[in-house]
Amino acid sequence: MAYAAGVDVGSTQTKAIVINEAREIVGRALIDTGSNVGAAAEQSFLEALKNGGIPDMLVEFVVGTGYGRYRVTFGNTQVTEISCHGRGAVHMFPGTRTVVDMGGQDTKAIRVGPRGEIVDFCMNDKCAAGTGRFLGAAASALEIPLEQLGPTALRAERPVRISTTCTVFAESEVLSWLGKGKKTEDILLGVHQSIAARSIGLLRRVGVEEQVTFTGGVARNVGMIATLQEGLGCRLNVSADSHYIGALGAALFALDHILASRMPADAVKE
Amino acid sequence: MTDSSQADSIVGRGNREGAELFRQWFESLQGAIERGAPSAYVFVMGSMAEILRVFDLPMVFPEITSLQTAVRRVAHEYLNEAEDYGYSPDICGYVKADVALQLRGGRHPMGNVPKPALAVLTNACNTYIKWAEIWERFYHIPVFTLDVPGTRAAGTQTWPGDPDFENDRRYVQAQIMELITLCERVTGIRFDIDRLREVQAQANSMSRGWKRVLELNQSHPSVFNAVTDGTIYLGVANGFRGAAAGSQFFDHLVEEMEYKAAHGIGTLIEEKHRLIFVGVPCYPIFRRFNEMFAEWGGTFVSSTYLWFASGGTNLGFQFDLNRPLESLAEGVLISVRDAMDSMFYQDRAIAGMIDSFHADGVVYHPIKSCRTVSTGLADNRRALMAERDIPSLFIESDMMDRRVVSEAQLKNRIDAFFESLASRQQQGAIH
Repeated sequence: MAYAAGVDVGSTQTKAIVINEAREIVGRALIDTGSNVGAAAEQSFLEALKNGGIPDMLVEFVVGTGYGRYRVTFGNTQVTEISCHGRGAVHMFPGTRTVVDMGGQDTKAIRVGPRGEIVDFCMNDKCAAGTGRFLGAAASALEIPLEQLGPTALRAERPVRISTTCTVFAESEVLSWLGKGKKTEDILLGVHQSIAARSIGLLRRVGVEEQVTFTGGVARNVGMIATLQEGLGCRLNVSADSHYIGALGAALFALDHILASRMPADAVKE
Repeated sequence: MTDSSQADSIVGRGNREGAELFRQWFESLQGAIERGAPSAYVFVMGSMAEILRVFDLPMVFPEITSLQTAVRRVAHEYLNEAEDYGYSPDICGYVKADVALQLRGGRHPMGNVPKPALAVLTNACNTYIKWAEIWERFYHIPVFTLDVPGTRAAGTQTWPGDPDFENDRRYVQAQIMELITLCERVTGIRFDIDRLREVQAQANSMSRGWKRVLELNQSHPSVFNAVTDGTIYLGVANGFRGAAAGSQFFDHLVEEMEYKAAHGIGTLIEEKHRLIFVGVPCYPIFRRFNEMFAEWGGTFVSSTYLWFASGGTNLGFQFDLNRPLESLAEGVLISVRDAMDSMFYQDRAIAGMIDSFHADGVVYHPIKSCRTVSTGLADNRRALMAERDIPSLFIESDMMDRRVVSEAQLKNRIDAFFESLASRQQQGAIH
């Protein structure tokens, strides 16, 4: 039995997934990326092996993805997170035709074919407006732990309108709403709606085709799931492993390499 | 001459001779400064070089001097200087680099640029008009704006013989007569129609060559890169239009490209993907931008830039020397109109380009500092995608301002585009 691994080095967190030949997840790890990107990649890979009880030598192919993919120096090749999220999302939810991936500094809208192949994609440009970083700035201003952002936002009754699109200015706008006596939950829902509106704009650019799968670290935020669903008017596929989907896609590409290498040369030629 | 020495002398000659002509051009501008000769500031979409050469007016193309600051990686110094002077970060980077160039007394990394004695522009770009007003205020010079009637709606172009075309042609010709009078006043030289015929004959030769060179890139493999090499040829097409050196350059270039086509000499070791480029190049990382495509075996076989930034001379319009002024008006009308159509009605033209160049992808490159070229690209891409099943990439950066050029973000998108192309080809091979 051979194993394949994918390491997704994101701006905030690094994720690693190990799969077997039956494409089942057998090991996983998630750590903060920190300042040493190469070390984070290696550590996440080792932790995923340990988590699955898989000896290093049985992993035949490793694919690096994410913004730090070229720092996965022990990997065999690199694939962009755009392709990996498309592939991983279709593997997890085969009816997926559109993916919205919301990470620390990128939000991506990806339209995919039935095999997870990319049909079209669109990403936020240059700045982190409409990404997880925007939520982080709001959490910091309101002194609320990240995991409480979604549940708190869902208690809102009269959401405020966040007009800034700049992550840096978001913090001061949040503080100004606090100064006007607005409730924390109303401000937070406003923040979620602002981010969702930008993400939906990206999705509309590539064309929204159901089913829509939500991936990336922000997919763990129930407030964002609800806000996106309301804005799109459809249910989103969300897995408990949503934040691992990029790494899963990378592992699936790694397994493709292993299986292709076993095919007889004449079959490959055909 | 042996085959290998013949190849050595021909292959790459266009780039070498283009670079040499550029040096000569800047030397001639220095000469104009030293002689105190009047110079004209002109633009690539309708330079009116045919008229200006009759009066021996050295031509400065501020779009080209500006982009050269980006290629030479000093654009930020010029942009910052113009912004310190009060210009917004959001306006055309070419304008700001030029403003700084004027503030520096014409000192440019390639040499010194003379002050204008007049400015000649068309309505092909709305920024041209405001830009020329800056020189008007700086130098109190005459500004001549040629109003070229554009295409009224997609697919409704008129041609010689149509009453509407003849009305437009007379309108353009009347303006050309005014330009001639202005040039006589600025230079003190009398207009010579036989000299115009000579210039037009050179322009005819160049236009034939330019059209042929563009067509030759339909070869497999393609014989030049439409973004990197093409931009060098474009510089000569603009700066030397109507000059003997320019037509000779294109004679040589046709010879080089025909040789490469006949011998299967391409631009890459293995040409895997033939791409069409839409928009203006990313000059701040000009070579690196192209490398990000070449690393995947992608090369640009054609580009709308080579159409609109050559003022539509890619059509190869031939002046009738028996009726030079009337024919000049026809040529300006048809060519400048086509330059505008290449920006505003490009979807059908791109669909045609995909077929004739056997392209397997289209790269749209809108830029922050040129709304004229960029605004409609998203719509055009949608229209093309609705009509044709061809992968396309939409990446944004800038032609001048490295502050809005993120190489990492560009590379991510470019890599994903090629991954999808590879996956598509794989699926095609299976089915």
